[in-house]
Amino acid sequence: MSSIQTRLACNPADYKSDIKPIWCPGCGDYHVLMSFTRAFAELGLLPEKTVVVSGIGCSSRIPAYTSCYGFHGVHGRSLALATGLKVTRPDLTVVVASGDGDGYSIGGNHFLHACRRNVDITYVVMDNRVYGMTKGQPSPTTEPDFDTALSPGGTGLSPFHPLVIALAAGANFVARAFSGSPNETASILVEAIRHPGFSFVEVLSPCVTFRPDEREWKNRVHPAPVAATNDPGKAARRIMTDDGFNIGILYRGNRLPYQAKAEPRTIDLAELEREFEL
Amino acid sequence: MSKAPSGHTVSSPVDLLAIAYRIEADAVQRYTLLADQMEIHNNPELVKVFRDLARAEGIHAEEIRKQAGDIDLVARAERLGRWQKGESPEEVDLGSAHYLMTPWHALELALAGEKRALGFFTSITETAKDPKIKEMASEFVEEEAEHVNLVYRLMRKYSKPADTWAQDLDPPISQD
Amino acid sequence: MPEVENVSIAIVGSGGAGALTTGNFLLEAASVAGWHGLLTRTVGPQIRGGEAAALIRLASHPVECLAERFDLLIGIDWLNANRFGAEIEVGPQSLVITDPHGGDLPAIVARAGARVVKVPIKEMAKAIPEGRPNMIALGLAADLLGLSEDILSVVIEKRLAEKGRTAIEASRAGLKAGIAAAADLDLGMRLAPPKSRTAQRWLVSGNETTGLGAIRGGVRFAAAYPITPASEILEWLAPNLPKVGGVLLQAEDELAAINMIIGASYGGTPALTATSGPGLSLMIEALGLATAAEIPIVVVDVMRAGPSTGIPTKSEQADLNIAVYGLHGDAPHLVLAPQSITDCLFTTQWAVYLAETLQAPAIVLSDQFIGQAVAVTDRPADIAFIGQRAKALPEAGAYKRYAVSAGGVSPMAIPGTRGGQYTADGLTHNERGTPTSSEGDHRAQLDKRCTKLEQFTYGDHWATVEGDGELAIMTWGSLTGAAREAIERVRRNGRDVRLIAPRLLLPVQPERFTAALHGVKRILIVEQSHGAQFHRYLRAHYDLPDDVRVLHRPGPLPIRPNEIEQALMQWSS
Repeated sequence: MSSIQTRLACNPADYKSDIKPIWCPGCGDYHVLMSFTRAFAELGLLPEKTVVVSGIGCSSRIPAYTSCYGFHGVHGRSLALATGLKVTRPDLTVVVASGDGDGYSIGGNHFLHACRRNVDITYVVMDNRVYGMTKGQPSPTTEPDFDTALSPGGTGLSPFHPLVIALAAGANFVARAFSGSPNETASILVEAIRHPGFSFVEVLSPCVTFRPDEREWKNRVHPAPVAATNDPGKAARRIMTDDGFNIGILYRGNRLPYQAKAEPRTIDLAELEREFEL
Repeated sequence: MSKAPSGHTVSSPVDLLAIAYRIEADAVQRYTLLADQMEIHNNPELVKVFRDLARAEGIHAEEIRKQAGDIDLVARAERLGRWQKGESPEEVDLGSAHYLMTPWHALELALAGEKRALGFFTSITETAKDPKIKEMASEFVEEEAEHVNLVYRLMRKYSKPADTWAQDLDPPISQD
Repeated sequence: MPEVENVSIAIVGSGGAGALTTGNFLLEAASVAGWHGLLTRTVGPQIRGGEAAALIRLASHPVECLAERFDLLIGIDWLNANRFGAEIEVGPQSLVITDPHGGDLPAIVARAGARVVKVPIKEMAKAIPEGRPNMIALGLAADLLGLSEDILSVVIEKRLAEKGRTAIEASRAGLKAGIAAAADLDLGMRLAPPKSRTAQRWLVSGNETTGLGAIRGGVRFAAAYPITPASEILEWLAPNLPKVGGVLLQAEDELAAINMIIGASYGGTPALTATSGPGLSLMIEALGLATAAEIPIVVVDVMRAGPSTGIPTKSEQADLNIAVYGLHGDAPHLVLAPQSITDCLFTTQWAVYLAETLQAPAIVLSDQFIGQAVAVTDRPADIAFIGQRAKALPEAGAYKRYAVSAGGVSPMAIPGTRGGQYTADGLTHNERGTPTSSEGDHRAQLDKRCTKLEQFTYGDHWATVEGDGELAIMTWGSLTGAAREAIERVRRNGRDVRLIAPRLLLPVQPERFTAALHGVKRILIVEQSHGAQFHRYLRAHYDLPDDVRVLHRPGPLPIRPNEIEQALMQWSS
């Protein structure tokens, strides 16, 4: 990742702002914030050259808790915002933070096209399988039989499988992490940021308030039985038998990241009107 | 040279000192983080408990740092690798926190942390070949054992909370 | 033969007859001959092979609207031409050329009492190898207008170069045949020779000048989602932005497009997108975000007839409400409206400048008429408005992105600036940008965003104010040209009428408005809106005299000078 500007001997504490999070104590996102700061420190990123972009939801509050530049935008559109930013400022490191609602529901369309477009950004989705910020509605990754106020008895719908979608849509790096292992999550984030093109990391991050059953996740996650592949076919086969708790990097692709077409030299503004002249 | 369960490679007593320092320093950070969380979530009793724990760990950290003299333990720990595969023993599980947690819960958390650190140093005494490392590790074992007992004593001040400890009659608030 | 200042021609045909190409060639030839002109078109709903009419007005001076009737109407065929209705109206003095096998004259043409002449256009075309009926029509029109064969040949050579020698020769043969067939015909009028000018002239559409204005104002990023009738802005920017070091990205939808330009602008790059009514509706939420987070962006809305999908290929002025009032909450922002094809350049450039200076989103309300019309026009003057954003270079201490100050504009830290880190937010925030729900902070920031716009000096560009008189016409956008022409007509009859057309619709300018209305006792409001949106906007924000009349109707037929003139005459002193 040649465009990362680095410095030596970085402390994760340098990447935290003094704003105290509103997340409920016990929220997995505290660990994710830790992973972010550890990853940034490991990479030696300059906070002023790093931008964390987010949408709306508990996870999306993260930018202000870092000491980097941030954008807390509107619901579901963080990938579009990050794309416009990165394409015009390729010198910045752009990390996008989202949740399962913001990213997979309202943000679903932009997810597809961001994978396809393969701009060099890193997309971290903190998946707690519920709409936390708005008090517990089902999200696209919620289990079909999970009882909620808006869907009594459960939605009955097959949950969205984000890694399958990411792979199919062309993401260049696909991984799953677990917030309860912040060091490992940090390692995965380091690789994701370093990897060129669109890197997608789904982080299972339990919601202590609306999904107390997710405390069980720490017993259910397990390392992926096999190392990452660069063969999309292999990755596709593996993901079809994924139990949703495989932790690790699934796929590291070789697609060239998006490059804006640049002309070798710029012309004088006055040249632009020649085509209109009589 | 020994490889601890966390994956750290300990080649000298100074390495062990660096790891021990980091264990304490990380604990300070963790308890401070928890104290801040409790402050924002209006649980003043727990703010005090966690700040006290942070202070205690800070004293231990300072003692270790004095032991190292001029050696930069932070840089040393960096070079050992901030993490390997899996988590290191110093992690306090933030997932166990709760805005209504009681001091009993906090001390349970602390106890688990101290026990893990104790277990880590114990394994070093068992696997280290270098006698100097063995000796230093066994000193830390004594320290950590004292911490464990301290936490047990503190826990006796509090009774295990009733099953309804997490009950809040107010509903959650939607913020965004 | 009487000399006239302008002449209007319409070419009608369907099923690939090529009527629109005839119109394009005619306008271009006229421009080479030194005349000015305006070309629009009207089409059926098909993508190919539909009924189409090229509508042209040629003049010895710049024109900004079409006349109310055509002096020359050539029908290659009349299939489905009844659809065009009054758009191809002719009068008793007009000349109508019809192909005997082209079907019946549309009702509106048949009852006009014009001179109707039969010319077997399609047969003549068939007699020429690879001949096309539209070239026959071109020859007919050229001869009747006094355009030389040489000039037309030059245009044919240039425009058909890609199609190869055969196509060119066949077209020239068709042209010749058409000219020959016009020998016995007489239009009954002659266009006055062009007034000799030293000014450089352009052949250009409003969508193109919009793109040029954007780049001149400093835009270096555009996000594009195609939509009729705005796509040409984005199509022009696509190859031209990279030439000046910029980037255009096609987005997956309008929601992505507007968020992309917000991201680019946040990163320090002036950014723009273009859309029409349905797209603007989708973009409203993000416009609020740009307002709240104080991020400069420009959104061009090339208005179509609405509501909803409406008539995508026709013009209306009914997006005023959503542009001015569409954002939820109290969200002051900029709304501007160009008044002509050349004014699209000025207004878009000015919009970029204002957006960057005031760190606010600007909506530019263009419309299908000026967006897609092509005109021969004098080269617009260069203007000095180039976007200059106040950038922060924080020294020590905590940077306050949204610091409250006298003028209301707080310097923006561009990512990369050390010490300037902040999180832009749609949530209500304090001076540092941290979310808050405090009354003091909320009010302070609302005041700031309001003040920065209201206290700015916009200068005389805020509106066109011309002429004197107790009666004033108030209009906006593309109807300014028609109003101006109507006023000119009544002035020849000895009556003075003032023209007031705001270019800056938001923020409102109460003092300047009052000054513009000095001495005015009666107002005729003219607008292309079924619900009279402009009238209601004026009443909401300004003090109007007691005597107000409103000439308003929806599209698809643009309001013409004669309608306005009639309304003025009916309101005689």
